[in-house]
Amino acid sequence: MTVSPSKPKNESKIGKRTLPEWLGPLALLGPAGVWLFLLLVLPTVVIFQLSLVPGIQPGDRVIPSGLDNFCLVLGFENCRFADFDPVFLQTIGRSLFFATGTTLICLLLGFPVAYWLAVDTPKRWRTLLLLAFVLPLWTSSLLRSYAWKTILRPTGVLNSLLGVVGIPPLDLLHQSSAVFIGMSYSFLPYMVLILYASLEKLDKRLLEAAADLGANPIEVFWKVTVPQTLSGIAAGSLLVFISGLGDFVNPELLGGASSMTVSRLIYDQFLGVARDWGFGSALSMVLILAVSVAIAGLIRFGEATPKK
Amino acid sequence: MTETRLKQEEIPVEMLKSQSRINISWQIIFAGFMFFFMYLPILVLAFYSFNESRYSARWQGFTLKWYVTLFQDEAILKALKNSLIVGFSAIIIAAIVGTLMAVGLSRYRFRGKSLYLGVSYLPLIIPDIAIAVATLVFLAAVQINLSIWTIIAAHIVFCLAYIGLVVSTRLSDLDPHLEEAALDLGATPIQSFIQVLLPQLMPGIVSGCLLAFVLSLDDLLIASFTSGGGAVTLPMEIFGRIRTGVKPDINALSVVLILTSGAIAFLGEFIRSRSEQSQRK
Repeated sequence: MTVSPSKPKNESKIGKRTLPEWLGPLALLGPAGVWLFLLLVLPTVVIFQLSLVPGIQPGDRVIPSGLDNFCLVLGFENCRFADFDPVFLQTIGRSLFFATGTTLICLLLGFPVAYWLAVDTPKRWRTLLLLAFVLPLWTSSLLRSYAWKTILRPTGVLNSLLGVVGIPPLDLLHQSSAVFIGMSYSFLPYMVLILYASLEKLDKRLLEAAADLGANPIEVFWKVTVPQTLSGIAAGSLLVFISGLGDFVNPELLGGASSMTVSRLIYDQFLGVARDWGFGSALSMVLILAVSVAIAGLIRFGEATPKK
Repeated sequence: MTETRLKQEEIPVEMLKSQSRINISWQIIFAGFMFFFMYLPILVLAFYSFNESRYSARWQGFTLKWYVTLFQDEAILKALKNSLIVGFSAIIIAAIVGTLMAVGLSRYRFRGKSLYLGVSYLPLIIPDIAIAVATLVFLAAVQINLSIWTIIAAHIVFCLAYIGLVVSTRLSDLDPHLEEAALDLGATPIQSFIQVLLPQLMPGIVSGCLLAFVLSLDDLLIASFTSGGGAVTLPMEIFGRIRTGVKPDINALSVVLILTSGAIAFLGEFIRSRSEQSQRK
């Protein structure tokens, strides 16, 4: 994310006009600032406050009174260490598992595609092919997941095709495998977009030089290509990981009863049967915390990698 | 690994070349397979939408009856209308506010700027469900009744972030001297903003709006949380139907939506690349 540098020169120029100096910044930055404050910053403060109220129902008075909800997330009801039930920790663990697995699959599938697009394709075809590859991203994610349901269901497209070849039908739907397929499919375009941007800047002369000096293709890949694109790999992985962590649609439509994720758990606290706003807020705070940790990790990683 | 290296050194140049050609074709096959993977679900939906029997994967004859049912389905049409109202209202407001924000951020240096910038990027990073929860809880706390207007207010937040991002990128490529020249030639700041800066930013604003529109049209969670059941948007309607059972016309709807949003995305990219080219000249 690039931010254009400030131009104090302009500022002084505007100051010389008849308008007072503070009016410009206020008119430009005020509306968005107010909106973001009212509908993003303040709400986050409110859910933090709400997460400190145990067992709150819609309409109750909000009196922050303790960490019970966070204890519950960790598996200790009413913060008593006697009865430990890790059911919510398992849900968080499952979300992390889906997100991590999806990130690895996207990296594995996306890298060759991005490499082919950015390095091996003639220049005038590149943008068009990249656009063609990410075009499905702009279509309804809900309907694309639904399509995977039609493909993977017992009498679906996949099993019909397998039947023609004579392979016994696979039972993929309502399993983790279906969630992985759906999530990898949903987030692969993001990975390819970011890897493409990073691979396009790859210095091909270095690849040739390495090959000339006797490195085999595998060595060239690990010692020249990967180090040069490390920041792209990290950024793409982070994006897919965060999207995967918060994904609601794919586990919901493709996973079975055993595929409960954090998003679904939160959804249930607010719109489903559970109706515990305090606990739901605590889970949201945990999710936001997990994302922040991932981003902080990336920033640290970025500082640790030597700059070119 | 050392073995292969020794072998390569002994192989004559012509053979090395043919080896690299094999390498390329392996990548083409893989990339081709991944392109197929990306379009497979869309092809499957299209297949089912024209298939007489929708319950089996076998072709039982061409039909348009699912499309007919779709366009006679009042609930779908109402949901579509709501989605369009939400999308258009949100992007119009977000385009104005987001453009002002992007210009302000590029022009001024002030205390707390990095905080402002960080908050403006938050909607791109935080999972939808967290934004949805926060908005719902906040609206409940200030006792605002949920309706289509609360969906719009919530959508403006992420539309603002995307439009702001796209416009900022465009701004950083612009020539700052043009606006200075306008000011020197006697234009007021507002005149130079509208007559010099805005036309230059237009391609960025338009493609940012198209992106935000497609995202607004796709959003399920934020709309579900902020509608209070008062206004059903298209993703909410589709989600309900997919969960309760397979309905024949959803496939037809998929094809219509995919073609529409695909066309919008293509248009956005076309505008962006054309403006980039014209800038280079």
